[in-house]
Amino acid sequence: MSTIHILKERERQIYQKGNQPFDMVCEKVSVAGSVSQRACVFCGSRVVLYPISDALHLVHGPIGCAAYTWDIRGALSSGPELHRLSFSTDLTETDVIYGGETKLYQALTQLIDIHHPKAAFVYSTCIVGLIGDDVTSVCKKVEKEKGIPVFPVHSEGFKGTKKDGYKAACDALFKLIGKGAIDDISPCSINILGEFNIGGEAWIIRDYYERMGIQVVSIMTGDGRVEEIGKSHGAKLNVVQCSGSMTHLAKAMQEKYNIPFIRVSYFGIEDMAQALYDVASHFKEKPEIMEKTRELVRKEVSDIYPMLQKYKADLKGKKAAIYVGGAFKAFSLIKALKHLGMTTVLAGSQTGDKDDYEVLRQMCDDGAVIVDDANPLELSKYLIEKDADLLIGGVKERPIGYKLGVGFCDHNHERKTPLAGFVGMLNFAKEVHATVTSPVWQFTPRRDNSG
Amino acid sequence: MSNSVLKKKENYTPTTNACKLCTPLGASLVFKGISNAVPLLHGSQGCSTYIRRYVISHFKEPVDIASTNFSEETAIFGGGVNLNLALDNLRKQYNPEMIGIATTCLSETIGDDVAMFLKSYREQRIDQRLPEIIHVSTPSYRGTHMDGFHGAVQAVVEGLSNKDFDARSGHQLNIFPSMVSPADIRHLKDILKAFGISYAMLPDYSDRLDGALWSEYQTIQKGGTDISEIKNMKKARASVEFGKILEGGRSSGGKYLKDTFGVPCYSLGLPIGVRETDAFFKVLENLTGISTPDRFVSQRERLIDSFVDGHKYVSGIRAVVYGEEDLVVGMVSLLREIGIIPVLCASGGKSGLMEKTIETIVPEYQPLGISIRENVDFMDIEKQAADFSPDIFIGNSKGYTLSRRIGKPLVRIGFPVHDRIGGSRIRHLGYEGAQELFDRIVNTLIEKGQEKSEIGYTYI
Repeated sequence: MSTIHILKERERQIYQKGNQPFDMVCEKVSVAGSVSQRACVFCGSRVVLYPISDALHLVHGPIGCAAYTWDIRGALSSGPELHRLSFSTDLTETDVIYGGETKLYQALTQLIDIHHPKAAFVYSTCIVGLIGDDVTSVCKKVEKEKGIPVFPVHSEGFKGTKKDGYKAACDALFKLIGKGAIDDISPCSINILGEFNIGGEAWIIRDYYERMGIQVVSIMTGDGRVEEIGKSHGAKLNVVQCSGSMTHLAKAMQEKYNIPFIRVSYFGIEDMAQALYDVASHFKEKPEIMEKTRELVRKEVSDIYPMLQKYKADLKGKKAAIYVGGAFKAFSLIKALKHLGMTTVLAGSQTGDKDDYEVLRQMCDDGAVIVDDANPLELSKYLIEKDADLLIGGVKERPIGYKLGVGFCDHNHERKTPLAGFVGMLNFAKEVHATVTSPVWQFTPRRDNSG
Repeated sequence: MSNSVLKKKENYTPTTNACKLCTPLGASLVFKGISNAVPLLHGSQGCSTYIRRYVISHFKEPVDIASTNFSEETAIFGGGVNLNLALDNLRKQYNPEMIGIATTCLSETIGDDVAMFLKSYREQRIDQRLPEIIHVSTPSYRGTHMDGFHGAVQAVVEGLSNKDFDARSGHQLNIFPSMVSPADIRHLKDILKAFGISYAMLPDYSDRLDGALWSEYQTIQKGGTDISEIKNMKKARASVEFGKILEGGRSSGGKYLKDTFGVPCYSLGLPIGVRETDAFFKVLENLTGISTPDRFVSQRERLIDSFVDGHKYVSGIRAVVYGEEDLVVGMVSLLREIGIIPVLCASGGKSGLMEKTIETIVPEYQPLGISIRENVDFMDIEKQAADFSPDIFIGNSKGYTLSRRIGKPLVRIGFPVHDRIGGSRIRHLGYEGAQELFDRIVNTLIEKGQEKSEIGYTYI
C-alpha cells in the first residue's frame, strides 16, 4: 500500500510511536486540496447549540447549510422539538446583491410568531460575512419587538476552524446565562457542560448525579432549555465534558460568576466513575455524597461487569483504530477498549492540541499511529498497515472501514444509541462485539481465503 | 441598518425543512460519475464535509470531495493561491485524469475569476502533464442541486468537446440520464447493450457510488464515464436526454451538442411508467432500426399483467409526490397509468414549468383536484397534505416525519434515502423500474390495510 501518498505538508501531523522524538504539529488549518474530515465554523456552532430544543435556530444564508444540518443528530428532547426543524432565510442571488437583512427580519418575526420559541439563534453563514448584513442590529430589533432574546452567532464558515464555531456558540450561550432567578438552587449543584443528550445520554448522567444527591441546574446543551441555561450561573460547579467545545464557556463563567470547573468524560468505566468521584470530592463538606457515589458505582459496575466479561472473551487481542472529533473522547475510548481486551493501533482527532497528542502517545502501545486532521487516504493506509479489526468514528469514516472489510462503531452525534455512562459502556461493548464478530467479514477480500 | 432598509418583501416566507439541496451537491455527483475524476469545491471546508456526509449516508460508499479550504485571508485576498495549492495537492495524492471544480457561494460572492486562475495555473505548468480541469459555477443561492447537476454535465461536455482531434468515429448515442440511481444506470446500460448500441453515458456513477469491497484502498474508485468518450460525444449520431423540465428550461449537455455540433437531441421524460418507457424504446428502435428485444417486451407484458392483478388496491388512491421536479413529473406519469391521483405534486425546484409539464401528462388535472406546487418546503407540503387527505406519500426519506405525523405510509424513492439500506438499488426506470415501484406501492397499501385490520388476515 505504498501507493498512498502522504502530503509533505501533512507529514508532521502524523506520528508513529517508537523511537523518534515526539514533535507533532497540530491546530493548523487543513491543507488545501486534501479531503479533511473536518467541517467549518458554522458546524462547530451548530453542534453546540443544536440540542436547545425550545429555541429557534435560524440559519442565515443560502439553503445548503440548513439542509445538511436538518435533524441529523441524535440529540433527544424530553419536551419541545423545535431543534429538529431546519430554518433558513434561503438567500437567493438578489439578496446577495442587495443584502439579506430584510429577509432575516421577516424570517425571524414570522417564525417567532408561528413557533413561540423561548429564544432565537441566528447563524451567519459564509456569504453573510461578505455581503455585510448587520445581523446584530436585526437581532436587537427583533428582540425588542418580540420580547425574547435573539442572539447572533458569528459562524461564517471560513472565519477559522470548527473550534472558532464552538467559541461563537459559547459566546451566544454566555449571553443567555444570568437571566434567570437562582434562589431555589442547592449548595450542592452543578451544570453539565458539553453533553448533548445523544440517544438520551444526558438523562443517564443526570440520573447518576441526582442519585448522589447533587442538583443538576442545567445541561448544556443536551435536552437544553433556555430558562434552565438562564439560571445556570447559580450552580456551584461546572462539569465539562467535550472540553474542546465548552472550556471557553466554563472559563467565562469562572471569571464572571466565580464557578470553578472540572473536566470529565462519561465514556468507559474508569472515566465515568471518575467523573462522579470528582464531583463528589468537590462537595466534600457533605461526605454522604461520596458514600452514595461509591455505592452507585459499585452497583452500576456490577450490573454490567458479567456481560462485559462475555464480550471481552471474544474481543481479546483485536485491534482498534479511533478517529474522532475531540482528543478527549479518544482517551476514554482507548481505556474502554482496554477493558474489552482490545488494543488501539491508531488514534486521531480533528482538533486535538499538542498536549492531547502527548497523552495519546503515552496511552498507546509502541507502533501505534497518532494523527491530527487525517484524511480518508491516511486513515485507509493505516487501517490496512495496522490490520485493524475495528474503526471508531462518524458517518464520514464508516465507509472507509467497511470498504476495507473493517468493523465500525459510530461514536459521533448522528448515532441513536447512548454510549455514555455505565449502561453506555455496555452498549458500546455490544456494538463493538456485534461488528467485530460478525460472520460477514469472512467474505471480504481482506479475509477471504477461498479464492 | 435602518427601518427603511427593512422594507417588506412581498410573499416572502423563510424555508422550513427544505425540499431541495444546494447546487454543489449536484455537481459533485456528476464528477463522481466520470472515470478517474475528483470533485473539488472551491470554498469553505464545511461545504465539502457536509455534502460528503449527506451523500455517503445515501450511497454508503466513500465519497471523497476535496476543498480549497478558504480561510479569512483567502476570502479577503481571493482564492487563487488556495486553488493552485489544492490542484497541486490533489494531483499528488490522487493522480486524477480530471478535476471537477465547483465554486461555492463563498468563492462566487467574492468574485473569484476561476477561468483566469486556471489559465495561469496551466501556463505555469506548461511542461507538466495536467489532468483535465473543468469548472462549473454553482453558487448555492442560484437554483437547486438539480441545477448544479445539469450545469456540471454541460460544463464537462463543453469543456471536453473542444479538445484534441480524435480519429475515432462517434458512437451511435449519447445518453444523459439525469440524477437517477446506480441501479437505474445499470438498467439503462443493460437496455442499450441489448440493442447493440454503442453509447457514451454522462454521468455514470453506477460503480463509483455502488461498488464492491476493496482488497486495497482505491484512491479513486473504479468506474465512471471515460474522459475520451466524453470528448467524442460531439461525433455521436444522436443524444437522448431525460427530463421534461430540463427540456423546457435551462441549457444542457444535449442542447449544447445539438447547437454546437449538430448532434440531434431527443428530449424525453424520465422513462418512468409504461408510456415514457415506450417513448424511450421507440427512440432506440428508430436509431437502430431493430425492434425491442424480447426480454423487454416480456418485461412490459408482465408489468401490464401485474397492473391488472393489483389495480384495485391503487385505483382512486390519493398520493402526495415530492422531490426533484423531473422525478415528480415522471412519477405522475406512472401514477396516472395505475389510477392513483397525485393530489399534491411538490418540489423545492422552481423552473416555472412544472404545472405546464404535468398538464401535458394529465390534462384533466384541475377537475381531479391535483395541486402542483413549485418552490415549496416540507412545511408547505405538510400544511397542504393535510387538506388533501392523502393515502400515501411517495418521495425521499425527508418526508418520513410528516408521513408519520399524518399516519400514512411513505414509499421511498429518489435521493436521499437516509433511513433505509439500499438507496442505490432502488429502480425507477424502464419496465423493470415501473414493476418495482408498482409492487412496492401496492404492497405498502396492502400492508397498511392489513395492519389496520383487527382480523389479521394472512390471505389478501
